[in-house]
Amino acid sequence: MTVHDNKPFEAACPLPISAKNTVQLAHGGGGRLMQELIEDVFVRAFHNPMLAPLHDGATWPVEKGTLAFTTDSYVVHPLFFPGGNIGSLAVNGTINDLAMCGAKPLYLSAGFILEEGLSMDVLQRVVNSMAEAARTAGVPIVTGDTKVVDRGKGDEIFINTSGVGLVPAGVCVLPTLIQPGDAILVSGDLGSHGVAVLSVREGLTFEGDIKSDSAPLHHIVADLLDRGIDIHCLRDLTRGGLASVLNELAAAAKVGITVDEAAIPVCEPVRGACELLGLDPLYVANEGRFVALVPAPQADAALAVMRRHKAASLATHIGVVTDRDPPMVVLRTVVGTHRVLDLLSGEQLPRIC
Amino acid sequence: MPRHFFEDALLYEDPNWSSDDRSITTNNDIVGGTVMKYVDEFRDRAVAGALAERIKKTVRRPWTIMEVCGGQTHAIVRFGLDSLLPKNLELVHGPGCPVCVTSVSLIDQAVCLASLPGVIFCSFGDMLRVPGSRGDLFSVKAAGGDIRIIYSPLDALELARKNPDREVVCFAVGFETTAPAWAMAVTQAKQSRITNFSLLIAHVLVPPAMEAILSSPQNRIQGFLAAGHVCTVMGYEEYEAIAQRYQVPIVVTGFEPLDVLEGVAMLVSQLEEGRVEVENQYVRSVSREGNRPARSIVDEVFEPVSRAWRGIGEIPASGLRLKSAYSTYDAELKFQRDLAQLSVGIEDPECQSGLVLQGLLKPPDCPAFGNKCTPEQPLGAPMVSSEGACAAYYRYRSHATSKV
Repeated sequence: MTVHDNKPFEAACPLPISAKNTVQLAHGGGGRLMQELIEDVFVRAFHNPMLAPLHDGATWPVEKGTLAFTTDSYVVHPLFFPGGNIGSLAVNGTINDLAMCGAKPLYLSAGFILEEGLSMDVLQRVVNSMAEAARTAGVPIVTGDTKVVDRGKGDEIFINTSGVGLVPAGVCVLPTLIQPGDAILVSGDLGSHGVAVLSVREGLTFEGDIKSDSAPLHHIVADLLDRGIDIHCLRDLTRGGLASVLNELAAAAKVGITVDEAAIPVCEPVRGACELLGLDPLYVANEGRFVALVPAPQADAALAVMRRHKAASLATHIGVVTDRDPPMVVLRTVVGTHRVLDLLSGEQLPRIC
Repeated sequence: MPRHFFEDALLYEDPNWSSDDRSITTNNDIVGGTVMKYVDEFRDRAVAGALAERIKKTVRRPWTIMEVCGGQTHAIVRFGLDSLLPKNLELVHGPGCPVCVTSVSLIDQAVCLASLPGVIFCSFGDMLRVPGSRGDLFSVKAAGGDIRIIYSPLDALELARKNPDREVVCFAVGFETTAPAWAMAVTQAKQSRITNFSLLIAHVLVPPAMEAILSSPQNRIQGFLAAGHVCTVMGYEEYEAIAQRYQVPIVVTGFEPLDVLEGVAMLVSQLEEGRVEVENQYVRSVSREGNRPARSIVDEVFEPVSRAWRGIGEIPASGLRLKSAYSTYDAELKFQRDLAQLSVGIEDPECQSGLVLQGLLKPPDCPAFGNKCTPEQPLGAPMVSSEGACAAYYRYRSHATSKV
């Protein structure tokens, strides 16, 4: 491991910067500068027919059925990390929240809180990346908002995205549907996102490439539903990682969960980094991984469907739902013993020796 | 296709669940299939079972042994290794977690220095949540203090180099394992004439603590698993005198599940055979003389000093301080005036961590455990660090209403 400082030294006497190069307070002021920002940056990147009128909101006719609605805010720092950035994360994250409801994502909104002095180039890169992620996923950004806060009152960029999705008729995906005997499938290897962000934030470099797993997951979910998999529950493994999600699900469904540590996929560089830093990959955040709880007889069929997608090519059967009372998550360790897999208090901190 | 593995999991309390006819692949098979570097080999289920069997066959009488290092405690609880051991073999968790044994007074000093304007305070992450008598370092950070989590002492020195108008103060915490890195940072600071860099030293030494436990009238420890990484630096010559003086066998032991089990197997063989020796289980890392360059730089920079251990009290020559040639890097001297105003820190009277750290109390037997004292609201340090015995029990055991 090598360590270097990732924060460049800032000159104390800034040169005058033209309004075109950085975000100014006036960019959020409602005047001409704000119009320019909206036209030149946001509309140009996100262009689509629903956004084009630049009205106060987007409108569309509703079909019959059930809607899903979700929101999430993104404050990740550093803004750019291997495998993604705050923009692609904001699009994929909200799409995934919709997908985890069993919904087909329809439209997104994007709210930006920009810090005065932010480089316009950085904003452009983030916005372009959002546009690309939205195009790749086939989910347009149809309305938005921008605010600018005083320098020092924000941290470059905060993004909120909300999303609306349509739940297909007959589909119901809820923790309360989880049954004892259900198979627990994880869509891929764990921990890459958290370790990738940490490595940039702390200026650590590890053997092997560790890239964020950030990816949209709705096509995988749609494929599972199309193939007739009777999904009981889905949950993406974001903050708190697999261990925290399993605890949430066990508590919500009032069931026990047993998972096999040896079966849980973690790629070699992430394992090495976690060993070194004293982190447990089961608690590290992911941005493109989920668990699916399905009836045991459908486990193999579901895995086969998932593995056809690049983002889930390492999908694995890792555990089973039990009727244990009180609800609890039990880990069968690699040496064959059993222990509680509990919630973490606060964030994982690197150990000291 | 073999019988499905997880059908058995429904019966997970059945000890026969360990059938290995698995229809699922392991992470190794999936990811690259290459051999892991010194991790998987030491977590092998079949070898663990064989070692556990060997221990069971060896043990005929009840024994009480102590694993000195918090890293070993963590491995024991994380991998459930104690459940593989015979019931009449008791494992007692030792004081080998540097976070846990740092005194309240030193935490208070750290909080004081971190709050000073113009100071960048550097600490390893674990220390930030340890409660002193007037809050922890996290609360200083929340109040605007410039606290940086570092991974290496040399990172802190780099900060000092880049911020010549600020004072970089480091919380130098650890056992013999981390001392060489701090010594290196101090010598480099001296060579580069960096003056805005200093250490608040909470460094402690393992052998004096072992002797303090052994000379206590309440001592129950009959054998030690010595801390492998401490011995990697220091070697184990000095443990030979302790073994003879107190007639207690010692096995230098590593941190992976198979290391710990093999260490226990070697220790119980000595106990059952009546041998008193210092043996080395952790041969892939430890030699009798240790790491000579590391030892010599520690000797060059530091000297032993009497140190107060949290929950245990003052132990002579159990800590390190900077030698006079390097005393300009001693934060206690540099900030003497600021620190002089501090009153003596008092531990929370409800915290029994002293008894836990001496192996006289198991964490779940403490009346505050899991109710008044949790990782969210710790009364004492062993509930904070991942290597602290209380936190390890809480995290891996607490909610188990029946045997897991």
